[in-house]
Amino acid sequence: MPVYLFTGLDLLAASGAERGGLLIVDDKIAALGKEAASHPAAQSAVTIDARGLTAAPGFIDLHVHLRQPGHEYKETIASGTRAAAAGGFTAVCPMANTRPVNDEPGHTRFILETAARQASARVYPVAALSMGLKGKGLSEMAALKEAGAVAFSDDGLPLADNRLFRRALEYARGLDMPVICHSEDLSLSAGGVMHEGPVSARLGLPGIPAAAETLGVARDIILAELCQARVHIAHVSCAASLSLIAAAKERGVRVTCETAPHYLLLCDEDVGDYDTFRKMNPPLRGPEDRQALREALAGGLIDALATDHAPHSQLEKQIEFDQAAFGVTGLETALGAMLQLVKEGVITLPRLAELMSSAPARILGVPGGRLRPGEAADVVIFDPSRPWRVREEDFYSLSANSPFIGFTLPGRALYTICAGRLTHGPEEKLT
Amino acid sequence: MEIALGRHLLGLEGFSLEQIELILRTTRFMKQINSRAIKKVPTLRGRTVLLFFHENSTRTRTSFELAAKRLSADTVSISASGSSLVKGETLLDTAMNLQAMAPDAIVIRHSSSGAPHFLARHLDCTVINGGDGMHEHPTQALLDIYTIQEHFGGLQGLKVAIIGDIIHSRVARSNILGLNTMGAEVYIYGPPTMMPNPPQSLGARVAASMEEALREAHVIMMLRVQKERDHDMLFPSEREYARCFGLNRRRLQLARPDAVVMHPGPTNRGLEISPEVADGVQSLILAQVNNGVALRMALLYLLMGDGESRRE
Repeated sequence: MPVYLFTGLDLLAASGAERGGLLIVDDKIAALGKEAASHPAAQSAVTIDARGLTAAPGFIDLHVHLRQPGHEYKETIASGTRAAAAGGFTAVCPMANTRPVNDEPGHTRFILETAARQASARVYPVAALSMGLKGKGLSEMAALKEAGAVAFSDDGLPLADNRLFRRALEYARGLDMPVICHSEDLSLSAGGVMHEGPVSARLGLPGIPAAAETLGVARDIILAELCQARVHIAHVSCAASLSLIAAAKERGVRVTCETAPHYLLLCDEDVGDYDTFRKMNPPLRGPEDRQALREALAGGLIDALATDHAPHSQLEKQIEFDQAAFGVTGLETALGAMLQLVKEGVITLPRLAELMSSAPARILGVPGGRLRPGEAADVVIFDPSRPWRVREEDFYSLSANSPFIGFTLPGRALYTICAGRLTHGPEEKLT
Repeated sequence: MEIALGRHLLGLEGFSLEQIELILRTTRFMKQINSRAIKKVPTLRGRTVLLFFHENSTRTRTSFELAAKRLSADTVSISASGSSLVKGETLLDTAMNLQAMAPDAIVIRHSSSGAPHFLARHLDCTVINGGDGMHEHPTQALLDIYTIQEHFGGLQGLKVAIIGDIIHSRVARSNILGLNTMGAEVYIYGPPTMMPNPPQSLGARVAASMEEALREAHVIMMLRVQKERDHDMLFPSEREYARCFGLNRRRLQLARPDAVVMHPGPTNRGLEISPEVADGVQSLILAQVNNGVALRMALLYLLMGDGESRRE
C-alpha cells in the first residue's frame, strides 16, 4: 500500500484542532501535524497538497440497511459501503432486517466474509434481538456477539411484548452489548404514513402522531432503567422524545441517542406533493420538532448522527404515497447536510466529527473516532466549502431515494481512507 | 385577462375565485342544454374520456359518463377493485398503458390520497381528480357550490355547517377550500375521533357543539359515515352516532327557517341523516346530483374543449 502524506490540512485531531500534515503508513496514522512531513517515511510518500481541506476521523454510521442478503436489487454490501466511502464513512452498522434475517451466527459471518472480500468500509453487523424479528423468542445473542455482532436491534419491528423486551435487555446487559431501539408504539402508529399534523390533515394522509415515538421512548427508557441495560435510541425525530431522554440521562439511565440528517434539514411540509422520497419512519415532523432537534444536537443531548440509509428501488417508491415503502438513502449526503448546519452556525466542525465519528465509536465500543498517531488509518478528508448539487444519477448506492435530490450542499468528502486504503478519491465524477 | 383552469383538475387548493366563477358560469350554460329534449351537443366530438375508477362509485362515474356523452365525447370506463398492486401491475404502468391509447382526459378515482397528482406528473393527457383517498373531491365541491349559489343567489356570508367524519372526508376538504374562496363562513363539527388534529388545520371554524354548528346555518352539509372504517373504533355504535351527530327534524329547527340540507351521497338513512330530513322540502340532495352532470360537462369543456391549440 502506498504511503500517503497530506499537507496543509485543518486537522480535527483528538488533541484539538490544528493545521498540518497527515502521514499514513500501512494501515496506521504514522504522524500528524508538524511532525508528518519530517517523518522518515514521508520521503517515499505520495504527497497530496490538501490546503483548504479538513481531516476528520472516518465517519461511523450506527444505522444503515445494506439489503444483502435478500434484497440485492436495492443495495449490496459492496454498493452500500462504496456509497459510504463516498460520503466519508469508514464503518457502517447494517441492521438485521435482511432476508434471511441476521438472527444467527452463520448469517453474521456471511455478512462479515462478504464484507472482507468486497466492502469499501468496515462493516459492524447489528444482529436481531428476537428470532426472525418476530418478537417471540430471543436470538442467540452470545453466539451472535462471538460471530461479530456489535449490537442488537429489531429496528423497525420493536418488541411489543414488554416482558420479552425486559428479558432481552437483561440478557444483553450480561453480554455488555447495547440494544438499539427503534422506539415506536406500533398500535398507535398503525396505518399512518406521515407525521400527524396540519400537513397530513391537508394532504388527507393518515398520520403517525409524535406520541407513537414518545411512548416507545418512554417504554424503552423505563425498562432500560429497570434492567440497568445500555440502550441507544435510534433516529429521534421529535421534541417530546428529547425531554424524556434528557430526564433519563439526568437520572443516570444508560441511554444514548441519535438523529438523522433529514430530521434536521427537512420537516413535514417538505412532503409537498406526495413525494415518496420524503417518506420514512419515523416521519419528518413539524418545524418546531426540527428546531428542538437542532438545539439538542448543538447542546450535546443528542449523542450521535446516523443516516438510517434505507435504499429502495422504484418498485417500492414510484407508486402511490400511502403504499410506498418507508425509508430514504443518506450515506452520500450526510456530510453535506451536516456541513449545511455548520454553515448555518448550528454546530461546529469539531462537533460534527464527534457526532459522526467518536460518539458512534464510543456507543458501539468499536475502534475509531480518534485522529492521532498510532490509530488505525480511518480518515476522511473533506472540503467544507465546495458546493455541489445532489443529482439522482451521481449516487454510488444502487438506489436513488434521497430526500435531498436537487439540494446544493456546501461541501463533500474528497478522500476516504479505511485501514490505510484509499476507498474514495478524486475522479472525474467529482470535479 | 383570459381565465384558464390549467391542464389538470387535481383539487381546489390554489383555485381562485375567478376560476370557480368561470366554472359556475359555464355550468349554468350546460344546464340549459340538459333541460332540452335533445341533450346533446357536438362540442367534444372525436375526443375520448377514460373513466379510471379504482374505487366503487355509481354517482360520480355515471355523472362523468353522461357529461362526456352529452358533449359527444367517447367514453371508456375501467374499474379495478382494490389496488393495482394486487394484480401485479403498478398504477403508473396501468395509466401509461391507458395513455398509450391516446385518450384526451383521464378521470381517476383512487383510494390513495395523491394518486391523481402522481399520475399528472407522468402523463401528458389531462388528469381529472374524481376523488382521491381522504384528500380531495373537487368536482363534488364544485357542484355543491353551484347548487348553493343556484339556491341562494350567492355564497358571500352564508354559514355552511359541514358535519360528520371530517378527517376522512375528501368532500369536506374540497368544500372547505372552495367555500372559503367563495366567501362563505364554514363551520365543521363531528365526533372528536373524526376531526383533524389540530382541528383548525383545514382552515374552517371549529364548532364546539352540534347546536353551535347548526345555529343560524344557511347550509347543512352532512357527511357520509364510512362503515368500512368500523375497525378504526371511531364511535361506539350507530345508535350513539345518530343520537349525537345525526341530523333529524328537531335539530334542523336550530338552523335558519330557509336553511337547506345537502349530502354527497350515498346516504346512510337513519345514521347521519333521518329519512324525513333527506326527503324533506329543505333537502337539495337530488338537485346536487342533477347539477353534477352539468358541472362535469362544464369542466370537461373548459379542460379539453377550447380549441386545438392546447393539444400540441
